[in-house]
Amino acid sequence: MTAPLLTVDHLRIEAARTGAVVVDDVSFAIERGEFLAVVGESGSGKTAAARAILGLLPPGLRRVGGAIRLDGEDLADIAPRRMRALRGRSVGMVFQEPMVSLNPAISVGAQMAEGLALHERLTRGEIRQRCLDMLARVQIRDPERTFDAYPHEFSGGMRQRIMLASVMLLKPKLLLADEPTTALDTLSQREVLDLMVELARDHGTAVMLITHNLGLVSRYAQRAVVLRQGKLVETGSVRQILSAPREAYTRQLVDALPRRRAATGPRAAGEPLISVRGLKVAFGGRQRLFRRDADVAAINGVDLEIGASETVAVVGGSGSGKTTLGRAMLRLIPAAAGEIRFQGRDVIATRDRAFRLASQLVFQDPYSSLDPRMRVGEIVAEPLRHVPELSSSERDRRVASMLDEVGLAGFAQRWPHELSGGQRQRIAIARAIVRHPSFVVADEPVSALDMTIQAQVLKLFERLQAQYGFACLFISHDLAAVEQVADRVVVMQGGRIVEQGSRDDVFDRPQHEYTRALLAATPVLDFAGQAAARASG
Amino acid sequence: MKWRINTVIGGALIGLVLGTAATAAFWTPFDPLRINLKARLHAPSALHWFGTDEFGRDVLSRLMAGAAASVVVALATVLIAVGVGVLVGGVAGYLRGWTDRIIMAVNDALLAFPGILLALAVMIVIGANKSGLVLALGLAYIPSVARVVRGTVLSIREKEYIEASRVIGNSEFYSMLRHVLPNAIAPVAVLATSMFGWVLLAESALSFLGLGVPPPAPTWGNMLAASRPYMETAAWLSIAPGLCIALTLLGINLLGDSLRDSFDPRMAHG
Repeated sequence: MTAPLLTVDHLRIEAARTGAVVVDDVSFAIERGEFLAVVGESGSGKTAAARAILGLLPPGLRRVGGAIRLDGEDLADIAPRRMRALRGRSVGMVFQEPMVSLNPAISVGAQMAEGLALHERLTRGEIRQRCLDMLARVQIRDPERTFDAYPHEFSGGMRQRIMLASVMLLKPKLLLADEPTTALDTLSQREVLDLMVELARDHGTAVMLITHNLGLVSRYAQRAVVLRQGKLVETGSVRQILSAPREAYTRQLVDALPRRRAATGPRAAGEPLISVRGLKVAFGGRQRLFRRDADVAAINGVDLEIGASETVAVVGGSGSGKTTLGRAMLRLIPAAAGEIRFQGRDVIATRDRAFRLASQLVFQDPYSSLDPRMRVGEIVAEPLRHVPELSSSERDRRVASMLDEVGLAGFAQRWPHELSGGQRQRIAIARAIVRHPSFVVADEPVSALDMTIQAQVLKLFERLQAQYGFACLFISHDLAAVEQVADRVVVMQGGRIVEQGSRDDVFDRPQHEYTRALLAATPVLDFAGQAAARASG
Repeated sequence: MKWRINTVIGGALIGLVLGTAATAAFWTPFDPLRINLKARLHAPSALHWFGTDEFGRDVLSRLMAGAAASVVVALATVLIAVGVGVLVGGVAGYLRGWTDRIIMAVNDALLAFPGILLALAVMIVIGANKSGLVLALGLAYIPSVARVVRGTVLSIREKEYIEASRVIGNSEFYSMLRHVLPNAIAPVAVLATSMFGWVLLAESALSFLGLGVPPPAPTWGNMLAASRPYMETAAWLSIAPGLCIALTLLGINLLGDSLRDSFDPRMAHG
């Protein structure tokens, strides 16, 4: 039996200033050509562990113990010069943020060529040819044009493919992929990861995939390492970890995955709470020197009805117009055409005040949706400014009970920056619910959160909805979350609704091709450890 | 507020300046305006701690009297510049569109003039006295404040908590006052403290041109300006007011930074 490609032994990483332990006595190994997943939530030390392999720990963190061996060579006390020779050549890395990991000032081709020029002796023509081949290999449509283009001309998914191409050009023995698809929508995620697996297999590259998404782990990885707060919780085959987790924390992670609850049955027929007819939203085209480009239609004729206390999920890839639809329905973005009726009244022409006060929005990013200079209590109390019949003591009571309901009793005097992402999102939800709205738009409310936190927040949201009975437009690209909360599902593509129906109809009997593609791309737990396609086709 | 070393030093320096200015109102060692030609250009001694100037006036007394004038001029100027600048920049940044374009076009035109030149022009119209000086310098520094505020407001108004404020049903004006401006304070505070220094220097430059506070009333600026011919023979004449300006600047900057940090809830645990 040959030695593993990479062994990490008793790795320990500390914060230099405070001495806080970031990675605590973590050991694992990767075999040649193996696909290993490193699973953990934020603060688990998974990124630090991966960066330590390349000696790329951010300033303030340092490795204080343990050994890292690649191919028998000890990387711990290696000369910087030798380490530079290994980076890229033997160990490649793909980062999370495709929007910032390519240099915007350098053409794609020049960035790809950089690695080859550094590590191999090739003529310019050979380098160019290899780059073009690799771009074609990652299914970039026009490699010649792409080679001379700049990163901003590409979408996130395309950039991540370019990134992957430039890393795999050097045929590394080990590829470190740090949440490579977290910023991408479901379809691009599937494409990028499928390509990564193919390329790795072709070149015999071992992959270390760092992720918080167990669905991806089950679809792609052979073995997994579970980290929590810097400590190794469990390691083993993916099948064993997902189907028979030994540790309580791993079980908690598996249980946190969204599950479909029983359908609630058809809503009482009657006047819908909100009805949208022929809604169009256009964004002004780019301002050129002497003229303006034609308007771009973000929403192109949408009809939608939402009943009282019904949850309608809007799903679709990036650019499908789902976020714009939510903003337009709240009249935050002007509609170019169409009408929105709330309880039978047209709210666009009349700028209906009652509708403004009865509707609310929960944002995706809990870090920018709370005013950093207001205390939690003030934030939650703010919507009550517009409920004049409340006395100030009633107002205080309402805020306190709302905080209690979202599980943050006694947090009124805290500042937002003192809270975790999940806690902030609870505050954002409390702010949205405190005035007892009848309609809430939730724009990707959990996609910025860790798995176990996602589960908690979704559960909280469901409970509050049952209690207060508001209607909800739930915007998400995460079909698993949608499956858990939605009564009806609307699928959007290119600013239009391509399919809508009850949750079970859409998930079990999808009619439109795009819906089927979305469903197929959604990673689900599959205990056989095989790629899972839920929808046929 | 945490008592860090910066706060203490800054506070002590500014306290000293204000205390001196207050004391000078009713007592100075000598009359700062009395000319004594027999005691011209005496070096620092036990009697005259900072020496005497070309007319035999006591430098320490003049520094003390000048402290009041200089600090009042600088403070009033900064208040005018920040007050009007925040208003103009805030309106432009929040309303955007044509309002923004027109305000900023005028603003950029003003910004294109060197501040001192603009102040000079205003002084010539208004006349060379203390209130004219304050008005002229205030006007000259409005554009840079307006520009900084506008940029900050533009970026803050795109934040999701501003959108949240609209969804709540708050008016634009309330959102601006309650959410945008408090978050735009930090860069303005930094600008205001460094502006305090520029104003002290600008005042001395204008005095040098004969457009500052008219002699014989002392300010640090016109004392510095008057000392130039004697730089080589009586260095104390330029060192004393120069040191005063430098130390005041240091104090303002230290105090300004720690004030800004203590107003920012995110820095409280930093």
